[in-house]
Amino acid sequence: MWDYVKLAVLGAIVVLAAIAANYARDLAYQVHAIIILAAAGGLFVWTLRRTGEARPAPETGYLDGVVRAGVIATAGWGVVGFLAGTFIAFQLAFPQLNFEWAQGYANFGRLRPLHTSAVIFAFGGNALLATSFYVVQRTSAARLWGGNAAWFVFWGYQLVIVLAATGYLLGQTQGKEYAEPEWYIDLWLTIVWVVYLLVFLGTLMKRKEPHIYVANWFYLSFIVTIAMLHIVNNLSLPVSIFGSKSVQVFAGVQDAMTQWWYGHNAVGFFLTAGFLGMMYYFVPKQAERPVFSYKLSIIHFWALIFLYIWAGPHHLHYTALPDWASTLGMVFSVILWMPSWGGMINGLMTLSGAWDKLRTDPVIRMMVVSIGFYGMSTFEGPMMSIRAVNSLSHYTDWTIGHVHSGALGWNGMITFGALYFLVPKLWNKERLYSLSMVSWHFWLATIGIVLYAASMWVTGIMEGLMWREVDAQGFLVNSFADTVAAKFPMYVVRGLGGVLYLTGAIIMVYNLWMTVRRSPAKAEAPAMAPAE
Amino acid sequence: MDTYSVLREFAGSWGLVFLFAFFVGAVLFAFRPGSRETHRDIANIPFRNEDKPASDDEASVDLKEARS
Repeated sequence: MWDYVKLAVLGAIVVLAAIAANYARDLAYQVHAIIILAAAGGLFVWTLRRTGEARPAPETGYLDGVVRAGVIATAGWGVVGFLAGTFIAFQLAFPQLNFEWAQGYANFGRLRPLHTSAVIFAFGGNALLATSFYVVQRTSAARLWGGNAAWFVFWGYQLVIVLAATGYLLGQTQGKEYAEPEWYIDLWLTIVWVVYLLVFLGTLMKRKEPHIYVANWFYLSFIVTIAMLHIVNNLSLPVSIFGSKSVQVFAGVQDAMTQWWYGHNAVGFFLTAGFLGMMYYFVPKQAERPVFSYKLSIIHFWALIFLYIWAGPHHLHYTALPDWASTLGMVFSVILWMPSWGGMINGLMTLSGAWDKLRTDPVIRMMVVSIGFYGMSTFEGPMMSIRAVNSLSHYTDWTIGHVHSGALGWNGMITFGALYFLVPKLWNKERLYSLSMVSWHFWLATIGIVLYAASMWVTGIMEGLMWREVDAQGFLVNSFADTVAAKFPMYVVRGLGGVLYLTGAIIMVYNLWMTVRRSPAKAEAPAMAPAE
Repeated sequence: MDTYSVLREFAGSWGLVFLFAFFVGAVLFAFRPGSRETHRDIANIPFRNEDKPASDDEASVDLKEARS
């Protein structure tokens, strides 16, 4: 019966997508209609061929297939995102790379959102999907709720990524940073996200452990908050049902405030809370000892989610936003320093008594460096949110440096650590293919981040100082082009940092691939259950 | 009064008190007497059930242990 419902729905989508492709008012919309048509059509045929066949008995073990798919997607999108980032870094240094023949498709303005979305939502998002599905099952001692709903979440999310990426290249955007996709992609993501929430909550509901482990609290706050942020920031009215363009419901400073409430909490809940969920599971697992202080982790959680949500206005210092609002954002950002460092200390101290592992285990080294970068960027962030510092740093490359020490250092490194942990487990292998390759990855990535962050500090502060320099008569000393020319060497260094980081990631992909292909399979576990 | 002013008034008074009290309550609850054992048990969750879900009888044993 269920198969017939699916066939009817898929058939309807195919027809509607074909109609949409026919009446499309712009190219991006038309391409998307065709992509949806192809995806739904393929799914229709696939379902049709399986309709009426006997289904195997439902499995009772953990649902790890979707985690494996998520791991592959994370590694794959990661390389794509890092490659795009490195390329646009060189486009800034050498504008000739904005090729004349690719104008309107592959110039900096089109590729930049492709890079940010690929690393944040494709690489980071898949890492969060995969690890949350892995962690919630292990810490609840229960199989994922909802049968194949988790697979729907996975493939639905990949469709969002493909639609968003192709849309950017074809010039589709609603002009909101980190929320560029247009209305119909937003609607689809909402559906996928609600199912994600249901799968996660359903698994927690049927857990066999009496308590909910702290990692799940962080994952759950990430899923719930992202749903809320996504819906409010994307309230818009499409101009036509057959076109990409939509008009925001909010206008002016309200729209700006909504955007940065969204934007900062995308950092706070997507890139921080979700990844802290990873930290609270994978660091104890890799260190083979429980988290330093469970009480601290509870306080960390409540303090973090109570404070982060207010920090957004610090993106709008010296704008039309009322002073009280930007002061509020600034104060909360500064207070936020405390829970952030509490969490950092909790993560680092989990290794107390096991620091010797740093010498022998490059995976734990990666995790420790990632927590270190978390601490560093959560100190830098509050500092930059202070109005006086912001007057120097805002609109300069310092901001870009700050974001990347957080993204490459914290999010990237903890994800790499989690991938190195997960792949042998998921493919039932004794160990990783090569630990020395992990070391290579570690050093390439770390040096890459140092080059990136250091060059952006120098160029950012230099740029800020040049912009505000006035002569004795009060005239500006430098033109904008002067600052651009002065930044050239730092831009090259930044690009080289990106090359190192990308090289490390490619080594990782090779290492993980060879782990699956060549590493010896894990010996059969003894049949006896450990006495507890 | 218009909706904005009503909401603004509420957010700055009772809303603030509620959020702050909730937060303080959550912290105090973490330090309640007897929480040390519970927290030690929870902190060790990642080291159980690595390969397969708990079966129903195992789970009830865990539950009893946690409660005792």
